[in-house]
Amino acid sequence: MNTTPTLLQSAPAAERETPLAALDIDLDAQLAFRAGRLVLTPTHVIDGERRWPLAGGLSLAHHDHKGIGTLELLDGERLLARWRYTLSHNPAALKFERAFNRQRDSLVRGLPPEPPAAATCPVCQAPLPSDEDECPNCARELHTPPSTWVLLRLWRFARPYQGMLLTGFLLTLAATAATLVPPYLTMPLMDDVLIPYQNGTPIDWIKVAWLLGGLLGAAVLAWGLGWARTYLLALVSERIGADLRTTAYEHLLKLSLEYFGGKRTGDLLARIGTETDRINVFLSLHLLDFATDVLMIAMTAVILFSINPWLALVTLLPLPVIVWLIHIVREKLRTGFEQIDRVWAEVTSVLADTIPGIRVVKAFAQEAREAERFRAANRHNLDVNDRLNRVWSLFGPTVGLLTEIGVLVVWGFGIWLIAQDSITVGVLTAFLAYISRFYTRLDSMSRIVSSTQKAAVGAKRIFDILDHVSSVPDPAQPAVLPPPSGAIRIDDVHFRYGNRVILKGVDLDIRPGEMIGLVGHSGSGKSTLVNLICRFYDPSGGAIRIDGRDLRSVAVADWRRHIGLVLQEPFLFFGTVAENIAYGKPDATREQIVAAARAAHAHDFILRQPFGYDSLVGERGQSLSGGERQRISIARALLIDPKILILDEATSAVDTETEFEIQSALNNLIRGRTTIAIAHRLSTLRRADRLVVMDRGRIVEIGNHDELMARQGHYWRLYMAQSKQLDAPPALGEEREAS
Amino acid sequence: MTIPCDLRRDGFGRLVFAAADGRVHENVQPVRAFPLSAADAGIALLSAEGKEVFWAPRLAELPEAARRLFEEEFVQREFMPVIERIVAVTSYATPSTWQVATDRGATTLVLKSEDDIRRLPTPGALLVADSNGIHYLIRDRARLDPHSQRILKRFL
Repeated sequence: MNTTPTLLQSAPAAERETPLAALDIDLDAQLAFRAGRLVLTPTHVIDGERRWPLAGGLSLAHHDHKGIGTLELLDGERLLARWRYTLSHNPAALKFERAFNRQRDSLVRGLPPEPPAAATCPVCQAPLPSDEDECPNCARELHTPPSTWVLLRLWRFARPYQGMLLTGFLLTLAATAATLVPPYLTMPLMDDVLIPYQNGTPIDWIKVAWLLGGLLGAAVLAWGLGWARTYLLALVSERIGADLRTTAYEHLLKLSLEYFGGKRTGDLLARIGTETDRINVFLSLHLLDFATDVLMIAMTAVILFSINPWLALVTLLPLPVIVWLIHIVREKLRTGFEQIDRVWAEVTSVLADTIPGIRVVKAFAQEAREAERFRAANRHNLDVNDRLNRVWSLFGPTVGLLTEIGVLVVWGFGIWLIAQDSITVGVLTAFLAYISRFYTRLDSMSRIVSSTQKAAVGAKRIFDILDHVSSVPDPAQPAVLPPPSGAIRIDDVHFRYGNRVILKGVDLDIRPGEMIGLVGHSGSGKSTLVNLICRFYDPSGGAIRIDGRDLRSVAVADWRRHIGLVLQEPFLFFGTVAENIAYGKPDATREQIVAAARAAHAHDFILRQPFGYDSLVGERGQSLSGGERQRISIARALLIDPKILILDEATSAVDTETEFEIQSALNNLIRGRTTIAIAHRLSTLRRADRLVVMDRGRIVEIGNHDELMARQGHYWRLYMAQSKQLDAPPALGEEREAS
Repeated sequence: MTIPCDLRRDGFGRLVFAAADGRVHENVQPVRAFPLSAADAGIALLSAEGKEVFWAPRLAELPEAARRLFEEEFVQREFMPVIERIVAVTSYATPSTWQVATDRGATTLVLKSEDDIRRLPTPGALLVADSNGIHYLIRDRARLDPHSQRILKRFL
């Protein structure tokens, strides 16, 4: 950023000028991608050949829209120039703007430019830790793709079981060795017993008994060892799989809502369920087989060479060809399996989309369309699989063919060697016995290719989750949060979701115990503000302080413990009513649960249920109406006795009569707590101490009902619009009583 | 410690409750708050409109007479046969018709889905809901006979 561009040197007056700041821009006026560079010198703003001297009236304006930032140079009367860039340059643009303002002010006042204030993060404006130049909140995006050696990272999960793994490996070694004994014993059986007998020597029965006994012993030993190692390693791999699954899920729960907003449920389900299972199978079966195969091949090779190097060489000839084949196929398969996984996630996603939204699907009679969507996803799945299977199906038989050719060559070369009298018949028999084992192993070894790829893809997708750092990270050394008074200070808070600007500098001071009503059109940023206070997201600029402490400096869970949240759509988990009420405080006594339910006006209808507080609700317990579910969720919020209460459209989904019940339940709830209530129906906010009216990401009015009505501004208009609606009979029966 | 509870049965066999504030509620309904997890903790009387008019944290804290009325009423209203033996099932895939022996005699029930078998907080206790919404109780599945256990296992 400090290098002097060549353009500057070519400009005659610029020789003494040192650039103070520079901004790389990547778009031109027609929004085509073209690199450009904006430079600030002590006296000028320079863009290529164009130069503007710094003067008092000059100002830079900065705004962005749909992911494109605009920087405008104005001289108080007209626009001098306009530059555009993609938002990745936004922090640099902000920095440039600040440098510009500083330099202009110093020129106008004739003072040396003040040094930049304490370093702040270019993105979120939060003060930076003294020894770091990257904001810990903003420098968390991962841009590096996961490495292909991702399977090795599974070691982290295998480490606790390394003792068992070592035992398993030793058992594998022993078991493999035991299976190699029988072919070796065929040699003396052939050379010392059968061939001499054909030549007239009687059979030595004692020797035969010894040899057969050895064969049997080796087989039994191999069986025992094989059982032990399979059992042991399956045990370990199950545990590794379980650890992987729980770790992934625990990590997933810690991620911010932002992450869940961008992911499809089906995809996440598939990752945690199917992928971990696939890794599991890989570890317990394929990896084990592979290890055995490698050992077997190495040991066989050693034995073969020790018996006869020449024959061994011929036997092992097809090996490099097969290795090469494996390598080729692996490349082809890798992309294929990744594709299959994505397609599979797509299939699950269709289900996960449709089933919760089944009422909408049926209401709009779109069953056929959804079926078609599922069929299409399946067809896609078939296509990808078919393409892959074409390669895959060729692979096995090719290995088989090579095996047969290998055996043929050994026969031929062996017979030739016998004719030359350099080996005995027994040696050839032993070789043939070995080679059949050898190649069957090689064949199964080739199968490892697909499962390794599948497991690697699975591991990558799991580590995608594990590597994702929460966008509302806990600070490294979280400050201890004393019991909050309930005061919240919102300090110039900006928020951007993707490239959409939602909050543009919100300032608000909430006193302890105050009830704030947030009012505004939908999309005005009310819910976002509340989400920021709950720290479901972090602001992209500015800060939220509780009792003077930045929300980002305390542990997330510590803070949320003090928040009671009642949402528009109450979510009840599968379980009993009592369990749902006690969700935030699992050790609550029955008396506390009943007291909370009473205060939430839920007690009566709960008693009317066939099993009272033991009735099942949640996914399968949909017999409760929307208002009843809402009151259960109010009881849930009441039970944790929060200092701060957030009501996000808590009464919008119910009819007026139920709203009245809920309202009196809420009145019990807000007593003595800082309350932030969002309501579309303005009548529900009558008890609010202050009403905060928001419009397009800004606070436009603050005051109580009477003041705001007197002002005849935004609030008055909203209120009049609603009371007009109330006077006229509603045109449509509103949908109530959620499913 | 007993909680006063002025409860009596009128000529029609209905329960009449005189509240402490002097109001008399006819045809009240005794209910348990935690019928499955703690049957005797938290009992209430609901008025005919479904409003709570009386609450006692424990059944034992009621005066003798009222408690008897409560218990009489519970016995009549709580129909929950206890499965003692599963004789046979038509299939291991649901819906499945079970022939069972209960403490109230032999009967058949139709299990619509495995999800209708619900585990209760007491270890080993299960609640089986049949297609008509009748709940059957299995007090402890470990103490069923081996034949019943083998059948049950296929559904859990």
